[in-house]
Amino acid sequence: MKKKLVVIGNGMAPGRALERLLEAAPDSFDVTIFNAEPRVNYDRIMLSPLLSGEKSFEQIVIHGDGWYVKHGVTLYKGCTVTDIDRAKKTVTSATGITADYDKLIIATGSQPIIIPIPGANLAGVLTYRDLDDVQAMMLAAKARGRAVVIGGGLLGLEAAAGLKEQGMDVTVLHLMPTLMERQLDTTSGHLLQRAIEARGIKVITKANTKAILGAKRVEAVELADGTRLPAEIVIMAVGIRPNSGLAKTAGITVNRGIVVDATMRTSDPDIFALGECAEVEAQVFGLVAPLYEMANVAAAQLAGDETVKFKASATATKLKVTGINLFSAGDFAEGSDREEIVLRDAARGLYKRLILKDGKLIGVVLYGETGDGAWFFDLLKKNAEIKEFRDTLIFGPGYAGGAAQDPMAAVAALPDEAEICGCNGVCKGRITTAIDALGLKTIDDVRAQTKASASCGSCTGLVELLLKSKLGDAYNPAAVQPMCPCTKHGHDDVRRFIVAKGVKSIPDLMQALEWSTSSGCAKCRPALNYYLLSTWPGDYKDDSQSRFINERVHANIQKDGTYSVVPRMWGGMTSAKELRAIADVVEKFNIPAVKCTGGQRIDMLGIKKEDLPAVWADLNKAGMVSGAAYAKGLRTVKTCVGTDWCRFGTQDSTGLGIKLEKFLWGSWTPAKLKLAVSGCPRNCAEATCKDIGVICVDSGYDIHFGGAAGLDIKGTDVLGHVDTEAEAIEVIGALTQLYREQGRYLERIYKWAKRVGHETIRKQTLDDKERRKALYERFVYSQKFSQKDPWAERASEGIDAHEFAPIADLRLEAAE
Amino acid sequence: MTAMSSSWIDIGALAAIPIQGARLVKTPKGCIAVFRTSHDEAYALEDRCPHKDGPLSQGIVHGRSVTCPLHNWVINLETGAAEGADKGQVATVRLKVENGRILLDASGLAAIGKKAEA
Ligand code: SRM
Ligand SMILES: Cc1cc2nc3c(=O)[nH]c(=O)nc-3n(C[C@H](O)[C@H](O)[C@H](O)COP(=O)(O)OP(=O)(O)OC[C@H]3O[C@@H](n4cnc5c(N)ncnc54)[C@H](O)[C@@H]3O)c2cc1C
Ligand code: SF4
Ligand code: FES
Repeated sequence: MKKKLVVIGNGMAPGRALERLLEAAPDSFDVTIFNAEPRVNYDRIMLSPLLSGEKSFEQIVIHGDGWYVKHGVTLYKGCTVTDIDRAKKTVTSATGITADYDKLIIATGSQPIIIPIPGANLAGVLTYRDLDDVQAMMLAAKARGRAVVIGGGLLGLEAAAGLKEQGMDVTVLHLMPTLMERQLDTTSGHLLQRAIEARGIKVITKANTKAILGAKRVEAVELADGTRLPAEIVIMAVGIRPNSGLAKTAGITVNRGIVVDATMRTSDPDIFALGECAEVEAQVFGLVAPLYEMANVAAAQLAGDETVKFKASATATKLKVTGINLFSAGDFAEGSDREEIVLRDAARGLYKRLILKDGKLIGVVLYGETGDGAWFFDLLKKNAEIKEFRDTLIFGPGYAGGAAQDPMAAVAALPDEAEICGCNGVCKGRITTAIDALGLKTIDDVRAQTKASASCGSCTGLVELLLKSKLGDAYNPAAVQPMCPCTKHGHDDVRRFIVAKGVKSIPDLMQALEWSTSSGCAKCRPALNYYLLSTWPGDYKDDSQSRFINERVHANIQKDGTYSVVPRMWGGMTSAKELRAIADVVEKFNIPAVKCTGGQRIDMLGIKKEDLPAVWADLNKAGMVSGAAYAKGLRTVKTCVGTDWCRFGTQDSTGLGIKLEKFLWGSWTPAKLKLAVSGCPRNCAEATCKDIGVICVDSGYDIHFGGAAGLDIKGTDVLGHVDTEAEAIEVIGALTQLYREQGRYLERIYKWAKRVGHETIRKQTLDDKERRKALYERFVYSQKFSQKDPWAERASEGIDAHEFAPIADLRLEAAE
Repeated sequence: MTAMSSSWIDIGALAAIPIQGARLVKTPKGCIAVFRTSHDEAYALEDRCPHKDGPLSQGIVHGRSVTCPLHNWVINLETGAAEGADKGQVATVRLKVENGRILLDASGLAAIGKKAEA
């Protein structure tokens, strides 16, 4: 007699299992399926092409009605099983149908996670799981309108692309800084974001959804930062959770999913579980490949073959959005026991990253060109030995095993018409002819004569190869000092490139300039952050994790891990109120040391990090702001007492110092910036050893620059004389801006001036009035975004609160 | 599973640590720094540089390393060993991330604060 097999759920996993079972043991079971969805088995993966209009439902059906008839399978459509009685061996549906079983398969799949925020149950809030969801989305899209997709993972992005195809105005909200962070590394995540945005879909990362607003239906989505995005529909695609409630109620062991062994049996040996609802080897799965593997195992076991067991293997992900090529598989994190091979081809929009461990491939990320994905994935799954062709591995199967390409030979083989410099349209022939005819010897010669590599500089490497191929060993590159071991580019190349190409993020920059590491190092990241910040005021968002701790928490770290706090005392002036506030804070927080600094202000040392926001709050109350004693930015403006009190004073040096400090504070500069204003040539404020100094004289103001009194001692050079205070401020603003635009990270003004020449600086910031004005205006513009007291933001607005509190305190727990 | 679970301590959500950042766990024997890399992995080390006790939690995180804020030693987050020419070792604590929560291995806490006690 045939045994009775009952299946709960009619998704992709049991569909496959039944096919296998009917092949292997066609007559052994009477099969009955209960499906909550009122339809046959279809290819859930293809919902995305369905939504975008590339496929119809008929095209994605796996088993049509005829299949069930042919195999004598009973399918109850639209019948949700609500009860499993293990003693009686029956299941019962909400519609009242009861069926007996000898063997039972639970394949209830997953449930989309709904974030429990206000408004989550409003009409118009959808998930993305089944045909009903897609039909609801397509209906909403008929009215065009606006859609907000919460979740920038695989499903969210596919939903967004589909809705956009349907004519909606779509915004994707993603909690993490980069899209699909579970499958992609940061670089490919950024490339993906650009590609999604290029289709007209808005992407907001680090977006924390606070509520969905609306009276009866969805009207808008509100973010934690107060932003409101109007919307007619909201798609929640933030993840799935195994649908294991039914099994749990029936007393079957459930952890995250329904726990099964390698034969797919649950804690009840007559009951199998498979698909997304099942947990095997402490893992749950959300992609079909492993689920089909489970299906094979369950079918074999039911058919009596007990040797077939489940073994988890690596999974690969592809995003199904037409025109975006993206592939990831395995483990792609970094590590000291791993090597990475990165290939970036900015011109073709390619990014490939392979992760190797012990001479084996363990992870792959491909962006832009994924044709080799299957080949890499195969090597990965087979745990293949790749030592033999490691050097050419990243070029794919086409090169594998072949000889490594010699870049010199490759350049020599280029035809004369091949374009070398895209910015200036210079081809190879022009460069080689110029090298021969004009006897060019250096990259700068080539730049001057042909313009090649004179703009963004990304072709510098190619031009150098051309020089080398022409001159042989006679070519000696005037060693550009690379920024750090992550790149071969020097500081100036990087800056030129940022401006020429309008690059606005660190990952984009690393991609475009073909960084050899995936996330840079402690040397290059702060520099890149500064270059982007100073180039794109208001536009670039500061990356605090790329800053040294002092600039991240706005205090100076001390040798014992405590901090020191130095408030501004504008121009070195203070008052009873400020001094009282300082005294109070010192007592209240038991601050162990108070000192007058060499910069005419007061330093409180030895403050515990947790206390910083409270200390600042008290200082803010007395009107004091951060003195930026930690910043690669404006530090102090020292002054002397000037005409206010001094019998020799010629101008209001204290007043000018205060004006300058109020004008310049908050600005970020390549290295620290210190000023001083003295009221007469006796120079009590020591203005002639500062980055910028002013010596007041009867006829006006002598402006000095390029002094130092630290590691090097150097007197200033005179920039020139101006007659009025207003002019002095304009010239100093222009000088600061030129330094901001040209100085290399950590290069003080005196070193910058030595490198570019005092005369050119003088011309641009003093003599050429138009240039001077333009520089000044750029500085004023950038100050609009930088003059916000970082202490106040942290003391009262809760910015970066995570910095000042431990994530956990186990001191009490452990004592119990 | 249950037999093991008592030795794992839930210290908070991975998302509560900034990417390429760190946060502290205070313990009776000193602080542990829990790091999060750009690839969303977490590591826990004693918050004390092998050079001169610098607070590693305050450093810049890059790849699977952190650069100490005091004198720029680079410490490997996985092994706790100093990289490059520097020689030194900081205690590591095992952890795992499950459902977005960070679980610290309680038995590993014993290794913390050893240097000071010795
Ligand atoms: C507090 C103070 C010493 C004092 O007690 O007076 C001080 C303290 C430090 N100085 Fe200074 N410098 C202080 C005035 C100076 C001066 C005098 C001045 O500004 O008139 C100089 C010489 C002038 C100059 O800069 O050319 C000075 C030249 C340096 C240098 C050498 C810079 C150079 O380019 O040669 C460093 C090292 C560096 O920046 O890399 C430095 C670095 C430091 C650091 C930041 C060391 C560090 O990285 O941790 C010290 C921080 C201590 C702290 O946590 O507060 N400090 N330092 C002074 C704070 C001034 C202020 O109110 O902001
Ligand atoms: C839009 C979309 C795109 C995807 N793209 C990909 C992709 O590109 N690659 C990939 O590998 N995977 C992809 N997936 C994931 C893949 O579709 C799933 O992993 C797979 O379909 C899961 O199969 P399953 O049989 O476990 O569950 P499901 O296919 O979810 O089937 C479960 C079924 O059980 C029914 N059910 C639940 N409870 C009961 C009950 N009590 N009684 C009766 N019936 C019940 C449900 O209604 C449902 O029909 C995608 C998923 C979606 C939603
Ligand atoms: S002189 Fe040296 S020791 Fe003194 S504060 Fe400056 S950096 Fe520190
Ligand atoms: S204490 Fe860490 S490098 Fe010196």
